[in-house]
Amino acid sequence: SSILHIAAVVVSGTSVVVYMYTWCLSSSIHISAVVVSMFSTIICGFLFLLVVKRLPEHVQVDDPAVVKRLAKKLERQQIPLRSDYGYKVSLFSHLHQYSRKAPLTQQLSIPSTVIHPSIVRLGLQYSQGIVAGSNARSVALLHAFKQVIRDYTTPPNEELSRDLVNKLKPYISFLNQCRPLSASMGNAIKYIKKEISNIPSQCKEEEAKTKLLTCIDRYIEEKIVLAAKAISKYAIEKISDGDVILVYGCSSLVNNILCEAFEKSRKFRVIVVDSRPRLEGREALRRLVQRGISCTYVLISALSYILPEVSKVFLGAHALLANGYVMSRVGTSQIALVARTFNVPVLVCCETYKFCEKVQTDSFVSNELDDPDDLMVTRKGKTQLENWQDVSSLGLLNLVYDVTPPDFVDLVITDLGMIPCTSVPVVLRVKNLDQ
Amino acid sequence: MELQAVLMAAGGGSRMMDLTYNTPKPLLPVGNKPLIWYPLNLLERVGFEEVIVITTKEVQKMISTDPKVKLDVKMKLDLVCIQEDADMGTADALRHIQQKVKTDVLVVSCDLITDAALHEVVDLFRAHNATLSMLMSKAHEFTETVPGQKGKKKTGEQRDFVGVDDTGKRLLFMANEADLDEGVVIRKSIMRKHPRMHIKTGLVDAHLYCLKKSVVDFLADNKSISSIRGELVPYLVRKQFSKSTNSPKVIDETHQNLKKNDSNVNLEIQISSRDEELLHLTQERSCWNDHRGDMSDAYHGGRLRCYVHIMDEGICYRVNTLAAYIEANRLAPKLFDEPAVHPSAVVSERCLIGADSIIGASCQISDKTSIKRSTIGVSTTVREKVKVTNSIIMHGVTIEEGCNIQGSVICSNAVIGRGADIKYCLVGSAQRIEPDGEHTTMSKACSA
Repeated sequence: SSILHIAAVVVSGTSVVVYMYTWCLSSSIHISAVVVSMFSTIICGFLFLLVVKRLPEHVQVDDPAVVKRLAKKLERQQIPLRSDYGYKVSLFSHLHQYSRKAPLTQQLSIPSTVIHPSIVRLGLQYSQGIVAGSNARSVALLHAFKQVIRDYTTPPNEELSRDLVNKLKPYISFLNQCRPLSASMGNAIKYIKKEISNIPSQCKEEEAKTKLLTCIDRYIEEKIVLAAKAISKYAIEKISDGDVILVYGCSSLVNNILCEAFEKSRKFRVIVVDSRPRLEGREALRRLVQRGISCTYVLISALSYILPEVSKVFLGAHALLANGYVMSRVGTSQIALVARTFNVPVLVCCETYKFCEKVQTDSFVSNELDDPDDLMVTRKGKTQLENWQDVSSLGLLNLVYDVTPPDFVDLVITDLGMIPCTSVPVVLRVKNLDQ
Repeated sequence: MELQAVLMAAGGGSRMMDLTYNTPKPLLPVGNKPLIWYPLNLLERVGFEEVIVITTKEVQKMISTDPKVKLDVKMKLDLVCIQEDADMGTADALRHIQQKVKTDVLVVSCDLITDAALHEVVDLFRAHNATLSMLMSKAHEFTETVPGQKGKKKTGEQRDFVGVDDTGKRLLFMANEADLDEGVVIRKSIMRKHPRMHIKTGLVDAHLYCLKKSVVDFLADNKSISSIRGELVPYLVRKQFSKSTNSPKVIDETHQNLKKNDSNVNLEIQISSRDEELLHLTQERSCWNDHRGDMSDAYHGGRLRCYVHIMDEGICYRVNTLAAYIEANRLAPKLFDEPAVHPSAVVSERCLIGADSIIGASCQISDKTSIKRSTIGVSTTVREKVKVTNSIIMHGVTIEEGCNIQGSVICSNAVIGRGADIKYCLVGSAQRIEPDGEHTTMSKACSA
């Protein structure tokens, strides 16, 4: 692919040279051709570096050079490589697809020495789905990092601010292998790395460690717990008596909002929409009914039948992208689309720490492929898809995320207030200025 | 450090006294390696670097002095000796080394021969933050005839009742037939939380346990528990479902004193970790539940959890009876890939050695012998025209010419006289069989 890059530069360079030469000729300015060509290649080079960013490795799995580079990096960090499983649908063959039955711990030694035990436990919980959901994953990650920091001792002749960051790199690779990192986890890791690098070198180890632990506690308190409270406060203003609210899947934030609204004696009822294979709606249903909220439960195939009854749609988000698109559980874009057709307002609730600087307009480029065996279902002792690998023309696709365009979202409720979808880049810019 | 390995090698082998009255059980040869080598090899393969071995002084002496007992393991072995006559149970031994235990422990028994994937057991322990995680296997029928016993093995052995939930991983109920008076009694609180329970009886307990450190500390406070398998494990399984305010309703006489120690509260406090709040927040925000159908949170809000991994296929034997010992000798060669005939053995060309036989080091096999499906120990001499079928010959045995040995176990340093015909017998250590003797289905262990 580097050959392609060089070819692209050469072609664009020559075309600019030709253009500028003809322009000079037409406007009869006598500048030597050599000067013109030098100038143009320099400009091309700069433009090229600015515009073309390196694609992350986890979306280039079909490129053998990238896979080899990844394998070498993991070998250097002494982390086993998790091998892909099963046939991948061609449109998504650039993504990893792992099997839950082959955990990464199979290749690790049992009292794990290279990777801290709490990180191994976290990786297992991620890959088995015990810790699922953007907020839960971030909190669990920060909890594990707290254990790592507690057990860390600075080796002699090293500085904590540099060595600890290097120690965290293999752990992050390991967690990435267990399950691709979410946007919220990425932001949390960026924050921690910044905090660690900002520790002054004359700070003693104990003091530095307590400082880091309090930073982590404060991050969780501010960005997750208090943000949820603020979002509930704003969202409750939008819920009026007699409302019929539709929710999709199990979003911890949306469940929180509904429970708080119910406690503040708003009268509403909820319709929970669910989809296979995860069927997370059942857990949302349980939590809402436990509080006493009256709920209805449907599968996503019945969406257009119940939408005439619905007055509002509340959706959770996995991440908010820089161009205003909402990345959430697969199926969310369908809900938003059908709701827009029925003129039902769609409100997305998302904390600001989930805003990320990626830009995506489709669900293909960057997504996550879950275990395809989850799609198999056993009824009355028979599993129809049991030997799906033997059928050469059959592929099972288990997508996890999809992106919803901002035209379908009416309002985004964040801890900074209620903003339209297109104001996300503004929030990101303000955040960057703060830092 | 994540896990510490503890190997219990102080057991007496009370169910095979014929074999163990002279050789301690951890050093019995199986496939020409001492029995203790197998769990040590398992731990080494998985990646442990040091093991605490709890054993008797006799075994420690034999390991350090006897050249026939070679434990070529690269791990660091920390041998802890206990008195033989102290009658210590496994839990007592764990209490004895409480000072050495700094993290969670993996307790293995010395008589376990298995090729199980240990990561399955440890993954359950890690992922669910369990207090106990153990390994069990489907029992296989022993097909070989046991020497010295007439007729079929009596099935009067006490059965174990193991209750697991729908996923087959969570341990709900464990009791031995000996502890149950009239029938299996299952508390309503268990049925309310887990309405579908599968009760299995044909399982072999591998005696491999992952225990949290707090359990070891709990043992230090409760000196009445003496056996891990007999008392600690059923106690932990029961404790999963008891309310911390009420005392458990079904109590045996042996557990009366546990109630007095206020052990409920102790255990709950001890298993709470730091940052409990964050873990609680994680569980609250996570959209996962281990069961569905009722209104309760994941794990029903319980903090004590016991898990079991049940192996379907693979080798898993506990060598604590003669039948298991013979079966293990048949299958043990599959676990290591050393050549069947040791390079230092002197084997003459005109003998017939079957593919599934093992010949130990420094053996002398003479002409016209036939060895089928047997194990010949170290430094054994087999003279001409001997037929050995389906037998286990231990170290230093001398078999004179013309013998016919079938389905038997000959212990170390025995001498089989010329022309003896031995079928399904057990010949004890250093015994002599007279020449031309004919013995069938007999156990000659003690000197006559």
